Amino acid sequence: MKRPIVELRDIHKNFDGEQALDDLSLDIAEGEFFSLLGPSGCGKTTLLRTIAGFEQPERGTLTLDGKPMEGVQANRRPTNMVFQSYAIFPHLDVARNVGFGLRRSRLSASEKSNAVEEALQMVGLGGFGKRAAHALSGGQRQRVALARALILKPRVLLLDEPMSALDRKLRETMQDELRRLQRQVGITFILVTHDQEEALIMSDRIAVMFDGRIAQVAAPGELYLRPASRRVAQFIGMMSFLPARLRGREIEVDGFGRTDVSERQAPGGLKDGPAEVGIRPEMMSLLSEPPSQGQRAASGRVSEVTYYGDMSYYAVMLDGTDRTVTVSMKNLPGGVTAERGEAVTVSWDPGSLMIF
Amino acid sequence: MATGASRADRTRGRLLVAPPFLFALLLLAVPLTVIVLFSFWSQDFLTLDRTFTLANYREALTDPLYRQLLFRSVWIAATVTAVTVILAYPVAYFLSFHVPPASKGLWLFLITIPFWTSYLIRVFLWKVILGFNGVLNTTLETLGLIDAPLSWVLYNATSVVITLAHAFAPFAILPIFVALERIDRSLIEASRDLGESRLTTFLRVTLPLSMGGIVAAILIVFIPTVGDYITPRLVGGPDGLMIANMIQTQFLRLNNAPMGAALSVLAMLSVGFVAAIVVLGLRRVAGLGR
Repeated sequence: MKRPIVELRDIHKNFDGEQALDDLSLDIAEGEFFSLLGPSGCGKTTLLRTIAGFEQPERGTLTLDGKPMEGVQANRRPTNMVFQSYAIFPHLDVARNVGFGLRRSRLSASEKSNAVEEALQMVGLGGFGKRAAHALSGGQRQRVALARALILKPRVLLLDEPMSALDRKLRETMQDELRRLQRQVGITFILVTHDQEEALIMSDRIAVMFDGRIAQVAAPGELYLRPASRRVAQFIGMMSFLPARLRGREIEVDGFGRTDVSERQAPGGLKDGPAEVGIRPEMMSLLSEPPSQGQRAASGRVSEVTYYGDMSYYAVMLDGTDRTVTVSMKNLPGGVTAERGEAVTVSWDPGSLMIF
Repeated sequence: MATGASRADRTRGRLLVAPPFLFALLLLAVPLTVIVLFSFWSQDFLTLDRTFTLANYREALTDPLYRQLLFRSVWIAATVTAVTVILAYPVAYFLSFHVPPASKGLWLFLITIPFWTSYLIRVFLWKVILGFNGVLNTTLETLGLIDAPLSWVLYNATSVVITLAHAFAPFAILPIFVALERIDRSLIEASRDLGESRLTTFLRVTLPLSMGGIVAAILIVFIPTVGDYITPRLVGGPDGLMIANMIQTQFLRLNNAPMGAALSVLAMLSVGFVAAIVVLGLRRVAGLGR
């Protein structure tokens, strides 16, 4: 890993006695697309605003690009921010919005207007300079906010839930573009989002936050396949949980039966006694034929079918339990389908069980 | 069907605006027309000569007394407006940016408390404060800061400015406060984030975005003060008299309604002229003239 451009050490922050950041430490590498992911109120926006200089931590140190940031005001930090509301100045046209931060630069007037036009072209808004701020659509406002921040060539670009105000289609387009833009300019991006899908799509690494603390920092694939805790597992993607009892390396799972497990399946370690087992929907499938030799399967009854076009999700109540597991199946031609209330056989892979 | 419904709507609309419309007609349009008509007539002792003449306007514009009074009225009103708005802005700013949201209502309430008493009483109060043996002079004398009472604080233009500026303070604070409240706070953070200091952020973002409130405050203070009658009458002395006092004299003492009417029309025109300049000028400065 390259040297960290953002270093947070034991950052502590209270809001009116309420803990927002709890002794939080984190390193973010240069050129990374980093996401802060968590439910609302987990402190991710506070953390971003602390990096930007809008919030002062009570304790702890923040280092940006090797320089300590204590007492450095927001306007002196090597960061720029894309606000959730985009914060487009309503009294200025697009070009003046984008060029707002250039006032203090030593560029000549013509160099400035060239830089503005270049920045606008970079976000696909070439020729929009004379447009009034109020005449922009949501997507265009976001692009203006991006251009306005990137024109100053910050060391770190901070994005505060920039996609939350956009409709789904536009959001997908902007996610692609933002990723492409980040690769193109090579600036470190820190994205705050509550949308786990968005974080998985866009990030090099993700920090999952709960209650002002970081629960796990990992690359998207690792986060999905090896969640560090039940809470992370539940927050990222879909996971079904079944009660189980562990004894040595053997586990007995309600509805699934006995199987052997390995240490790496249990982020908290293998401890004898009651446990909970998690399994992803795609690690199970509905069988059309009886299970083959050595294949593990459980029987149950479909209690709900959710249709997504390419996929269907089946909630299956396992026989002998009051728990359902969610199984995802691709809707292939001639593939297995089931109706609500139908008795089915669910195959599962012992190696994909997570033990919490 | 659709046209029937819209016709019913229109009838209902007309019925709804009818009472205020009649009210405005009787109390605004009719008197205004009468004043304008009178200004083109002339008074010959006890009889009113209804032949069209511009003599009143000629006299009003050439007689140095009228010119001086009109000029002084505009000048005093402009000074009052400047003083009031400049003092009101920091109050409104503090209220909007530094008072916790929960107590803003209380602060606004406190600001309006002095205005529960009548305007006349407040003007008298200023007489007590600024008078020869008033609160201000006796305090300063007791403290040994002055030997003799200050004479320049009452019965002149200064006392008119002080009294009017106090009277109109909340009318300036409220529109500026509202304009500041409507500024999205993330715009101020965005400016800081883009490299501007507190001061330059104020000049580049907060001030231009509150310009609407400033224009409103200027108009709300300036328009009524030009024609103010009570304050110059009570605290103005001979040097603090304004055009409204002369209009009153013309109508009620000299029995020259046409001359008073002409002066009224001229006062209205100067207010309209200054107001137009303020609106157009400041809008352009603020870049709000889209």
